[in-house]
Amino acid sequence: MREIDVADLDDIARGAGILGTGGGGDPYLGRLLAEAAITRHGPVTLVAVDEVPADAVVVPVSMLGAPTVGTEKLPNGTETLAALRALEQARGISATHLVAIEIGGMNSLVPLALAAETGLPVVDGDAMGRAFPEAQMVLPTLAGIPASPMAVADDKGNTLTVNAVSNLWAERIARAACVATGCSVYTADTVMTGAQLPDGLVAGTLTLAARLGAAVRTARADHANPITAVTDLAGGVHLITGKVTDVHRTTTGGFGRGGATIVGTDAELRLSFQNEYLLATRHDEVLATTPDLICVLETDTGEPVTTEALRYGNRVTVLGLPCDPRWTTPAGLELVGPRYFGYDCDYRGLPR
Amino acid sequence: MRIGIDVGGTNTDAVLIAGRHDEDVRVVAAVKTPTTEDVTTGVLTAIGELLADAPDGFERAEITAVMIGTTHFTNAVVEARRLTPTAVVRLGLPATTALPPLTGWPARLRTAVGDRWYLCHGGYEYDGSQLSTLDPDELRRAAADLAAAGVRSVAVSSVFAPVNGTMEDEAAELLRDEVPELRVSCSHEFGRIGLLERENATVLNAALVDLADELVDALTGALADAGITAPLLLSQNDGTLMDVEYGRRIPAATFASGPTNSMRGAGFLSGVADCAVIDVGGTTTDIGVLVGGFPRETTSTTDVAGIRTNWRMPDVLSLGIGGGSLVRHFSDGEKTTVGPDSVGFALPSRGLVFGGDTLTLTDVAVAAGLTRVGTTTALVRRFDQARARAVLAATAERIADAVDRMRTSPGPLPVVLVGGGSVVLPDTLPGLPDVRRPEHADVANAIGAAIAKVGGELDRVVPIADGTRVRVLTELKAEAVARAEAAGARPGSVEIVEIDEVPLAYLPGGATRVRVKAVGDLDLDRVQAPVSRQVGVSCA
Repeated sequence: MREIDVADLDDIARGAGILGTGGGGDPYLGRLLAEAAITRHGPVTLVAVDEVPADAVVVPVSMLGAPTVGTEKLPNGTETLAALRALEQARGISATHLVAIEIGGMNSLVPLALAAETGLPVVDGDAMGRAFPEAQMVLPTLAGIPASPMAVADDKGNTLTVNAVSNLWAERIARAACVATGCSVYTADTVMTGAQLPDGLVAGTLTLAARLGAAVRTARADHANPITAVTDLAGGVHLITGKVTDVHRTTTGGFGRGGATIVGTDAELRLSFQNEYLLATRHDEVLATTPDLICVLETDTGEPVTTEALRYGNRVTVLGLPCDPRWTTPAGLELVGPRYFGYDCDYRGLPR
Repeated sequence: MRIGIDVGGTNTDAVLIAGRHDEDVRVVAAVKTPTTEDVTTGVLTAIGELLADAPDGFERAEITAVMIGTTHFTNAVVEARRLTPTAVVRLGLPATTALPPLTGWPARLRTAVGDRWYLCHGGYEYDGSQLSTLDPDELRRAAADLAAAGVRSVAVSSVFAPVNGTMEDEAAELLRDEVPELRVSCSHEFGRIGLLERENATVLNAALVDLADELVDALTGALADAGITAPLLLSQNDGTLMDVEYGRRIPAATFASGPTNSMRGAGFLSGVADCAVIDVGGTTTDIGVLVGGFPRETTSTTDVAGIRTNWRMPDVLSLGIGGGSLVRHFSDGEKTTVGPDSVGFALPSRGLVFGGDTLTLTDVAVAAGLTRVGTTTALVRRFDQARARAVLAATAERIADAVDRMRTSPGPLPVVLVGGGSVVLPDTLPGLPDVRRPEHADVANAIGAAIAKVGGELDRVVPIADGTRVRVLTELKAEAVARAEAAGARPGSVEIVEIDEVPLAYLPGGATRVRVKAVGDLDLDRVQAPVSRQVGVSCA
């Protein structure tokens, strides 16, 4: 058990950006929300998965929608609490702990703001171990833990409780509600008991994000290599260091799709992305695919580069970090493997 | 004839330019004088020297316009002085309360502007529908309260104002109905999506309006005193001009106009519209890229005195390399280092070749035989020439690498060198064979001010469904052109110089953020002559 204070947020946000694999939204907004809440209510208690009692009631809270909209239509600040209360009422429960649904991007910080406000502790972990674009893409789906009832709250005070037949349907209905109310809502769903956490979460990821962020920061301050600092900590494979020589984006069926080419001194790497980086290939050979984490970092600074910010001329290093092993099971790959995202290739483990 | 003036931190540069159109523009006279704290005295001195330099028979009546670029307003923000007491009125309830206005501001600046804000109903959703209805009574209460507190300037920001600015205008009108003397800045004039960042830029603008009045009055008065009846125009940071009435309202448009003018002047002098510009000063080297004659703008946020804004700014990469950079370990066997510290403006007294005691990059350039400046050149001529060349080559490589980072395509990229420190660079750079050193490069910034255009731009989130892209883009382009013409561009001269489409992540319906920018030539027949409030002189 330890405390998370305002001074820790910068590192968490940077680390969450790295683990966001190019998506998940700019953690800046999440950081401001957490900072405001902690400044007002005091620090947040962080507990490890194995410290949570078996009968604990653990609730993930997150933002659902377009991060760009989130930075323009800022939240009212009551959304997460309204969603939590609506969920508690629907299930007849009282939450004892909060947790992040994903560690990548701004959703790593959303539970911290609510935790400061409610005084509930936050569990060190998340339900993806990275960022994915759709709500059903969580380990609880694999473990048979339902997302429903899913409580959705908007900035106006509207709440909706979705009782869906599957986690995919929960995603579809919540997404439709999100669009109807202006593309930025907050949700509370996928209630887990403490006993279910080992199945539903990747443990320790909030601490991992904080350590990654701190490693990059201190490497820079010491004029050391921030990329090495990341791989020393998270393991993973160096795929290329080079310059972005081509980026193209198209929109098909409402989804941004794109590709980029990175040229290094003696090799070339092709990246395919949607909201996240999903595929890395070299001369038709697949080097890395979703669900492994394909992270693009600025070579000089170690700062994460999102798919929206990727531009010609960026000097970047691409790392492949191994995903949680449960994602590479047949059921896991069906949910988040390359074919789900429309790529005609099979998952392939990272090169050694 | 036009006069272009750039008021920098150290020097006020001025040029007299002949020719009405870009093709026949030429520099008739150019001067450099020290900048004065009040700006105006330095400008007057520069104009006086310029007119003394002008060809025989030149009449003041031949001057058609005076264009001035200044960093005065940026300095005022940095120093947190002479800021107008300002309130923020945000239209966004019931949303946005989690992060109120001035979130993330340094305490000193927050206090300097008065730390007063009101959250009100209003604003739009991303698709242009109403977030909530404007509440006139709520705004009237805010007006009464802020007037009682002595606030004279207000920043109005609404959620999704870039999509629709109507509610901000309505709120501004309501506030002015209650408090007639109130100055109002609206966030939709500051473009981009990202409420806090756009609001921050609007607040900075609102806090500068008194200073803007002061400066405009002083400058117009000074021009009248100098017998110049031509209209005065101010440089904006995107390479376009604004008349003084616009300048009184939008002083923040001058932020970073210095590097913009310098880059545009460099492009003009060298005759290349697409190039990298390397401006080597005494302490830093600023690198920017011109696309179609205009500086590429940064797509990320920019800090102004520690405040995060998304107001358009030129994309400039600064390196700690300049003519005055300190050179260490030149001959003691260790690795030689250049900068980032510098003797700066003291180079003419502290550099070895000027009789000083400090080894600078300029001294190394002299030792290498690249240039010949100073009075004690012989001293450094005895240095190891091969070593000096190696140090300069390493410096050139760092700068070339930085230029390469600023590229947006792999094609050939001409490079234009300007600035007093550019003597430390060789005539070719690694990977960049086309390096140019135009004539009058030392006053490129003043020339940039003189040749500035008139522009219009917009930044929107629009739905682009399959098959509608061409129609949507055509409409947006037409609107940008209309905005440029409304701002004073000559109809028929306006063209689209930039269009940027980014499909938004996690948004359905083909929601795409589109930025369009149009520019045209200043319509000299339509420019209003300045009206000086101080001297009460109106000039036809």
